[in-house]
Amino acid sequence: MKSSNGTFFLKLKKYKTLLLMLTPAIIFFIVFSYLPMFGVVIAFQRYTFDGGIFHSPWIGLENFKFLFMAGDILSVTRNTLLYNVLFIIVNNVLEITCAIVLAELSNKYFKRISQSMMFLPYFISWVVVGAFTYNVLNYESGAINTLLKSMNLEAFDFYNKPGIWILIIVLVCAWKSFGYGTIIYLSAVMGIDGEMYDAAEIDGANIFQRIRRITLPSLVPTVVILVLLSMGNIFRGDFSMFYQVTGNNPMLYSSTDVIDTYVTRSLMTSPEFGMTAAAGLYQSVLCFAIIMAFNYLVKRYDKDYSLF
Amino acid sequence: MATKSTSNRIFNFTGYTFIAILSVLSVIPFIMIISSSVTAERSILRYGYSLIPREFSGQAYAKIFGFPDDVFKAYGITIYNTVAGTILGLFLTAMTAYVLSRKHFAWRNKFSFFFYFTTLFSGGIVPWYILCVRFLHFKDMPLIAQVVPYLFSVFNIIIVKSFMQAIPDAITESAKIDGAGDFRIFIQLIFPLSKPVLASIALFIAIGYWNDWYLSFMFVQKSSYFSLQFYLYKILSAAEALNRIQSLSGNYVGEMPKENVKMAMAVIATGPIILLYPFLQKYFVKGLTIGAVKG
Repeated sequence: MKSSNGTFFLKLKKYKTLLLMLTPAIIFFIVFSYLPMFGVVIAFQRYTFDGGIFHSPWIGLENFKFLFMAGDILSVTRNTLLYNVLFIIVNNVLEITCAIVLAELSNKYFKRISQSMMFLPYFISWVVVGAFTYNVLNYESGAINTLLKSMNLEAFDFYNKPGIWILIIVLVCAWKSFGYGTIIYLSAVMGIDGEMYDAAEIDGANIFQRIRRITLPSLVPTVVILVLLSMGNIFRGDFSMFYQVTGNNPMLYSSTDVIDTYVTRSLMTSPEFGMTAAAGLYQSVLCFAIIMAFNYLVKRYDKDYSLF
Repeated sequence: MATKSTSNRIFNFTGYTFIAILSVLSVIPFIMIISSSVTAERSILRYGYSLIPREFSGQAYAKIFGFPDDVFKAYGITIYNTVAGTILGLFLTAMTAYVLSRKHFAWRNKFSFFFYFTTLFSGGIVPWYILCVRFLHFKDMPLIAQVVPYLFSVFNIIIVKSFMQAIPDAITESAKIDGAGDFRIFIQLIFPLSKPVLASIALFIAIGYWNDWYLSFMFVQKSSYFSLQFYLYKILSAAEALNRIQSLSGNYVGEMPKENVKMAMAVIATGPIILLYPFLQKYFVKGLTIGAVKG
């Protein structure tokens, strides 16, 4: 015991500078990540502002009971799951297609300019994207409705039709992020051994055969890893995206409310902090379980790519 | 050979068309926003948005810069957030990554996991919010509240760390023999050598701060401390709310921001990014491909 303590202090002295350099990060993550982890206890309290976290009464699982009885949490969980599955499918198909096509095209300037154009939406704030969506879709002066009216067709009230928003949000998300994903997949395509293509060419394979027999199979590991990693976030929604693109419109909650918007809105509007914290904890536990499960799968697939 | 060149031609034709269409679709919204910001209001109301202004008018910008105080204030706040956040965040990220990349630091894996675990499990937003508001008093300190929460990202630390790990030991060994300490090796050797990855990380951090509206939304009560994006959001959401009430009740409820003014605000809020984008894009791409090696 004494000797291990001795080496501990010796190491402490040896690493003095390094530990000092690490201190800001340690403090940051203790304050903003670890303390809130212990803060989840308020999910089991009737939290009051006066009582705070230390003196609010304990109520066991009451908050969870009310949360699930109110029913919203199940529908927002379903929405979160549905959107993420759609995002994963649509974005990956689009990104892989673009990457493969870009890699095969030979005009350097065309490739560079088109990549720049496709990557641009990634840098725009969701506020601006929301503004744009509203201006295309709104009933009075939206671009689509003015077009419909000019053709003497009836205007379509998008903000009254929750169902169609699944399509709208999937499209907007793909629009904003596919340039990013394309670059990642493109770097994977570029990493494929060029000799395989040369050999295929000599054997007389045409471009479609080359893509089907060489490029696609070579991309499989990257695709599997990226998809499995995004599966880990399948119960998380991008708050900014859902909030801004729908304009937080209550008419659309039935099809566009995800766990993150539900929790944040409750936090800002409802005094029931305990119940909102319960919803947040429910999400964290779901995420943690699913990350563990998928990490296990990744590990079985290829040890090098597992997270830990 | 004939079939091969035919298939090439087919592929090239569809390929170029496909990519060209996607590229155009990616930038059309920008063109529409810019175009409608310089279109006369009555033309927007009558014909809707169009790619080329039907009736040119600089009125929207004249109106915004007629009362420039609010816009300039929001601009100032966002510039402050971006500059302070990027400089501090970049330095702290690099310093943390440096320590975790030192092979002679026996506790590096323990600390790496300490940081990494925060991405696996979180207490959720409610305890975080209570902590920030009740214990850190963020609502009274807008200049701190809009910078500090984004200073560290585990993802960035990992990217910089793996870059620093690839720097050959020989470089630091000779400095060590000359008596340089860990901090000096960081400042004088590793930090400058990591410039490629740090440039990309800095750009991503800066974009994050520039585009942020969330921290204003959460913590800022006084409108004079609103960030640019949040200020834009406030204008837009007020207009949408008025519009919604008006279309539900059928009554005129008051003057709302004009369509072209809203779009001009969007241009002003996005402008610097679009202007800098062509020059900085290659650093973004480099950062992505460095990160993609092992995210």
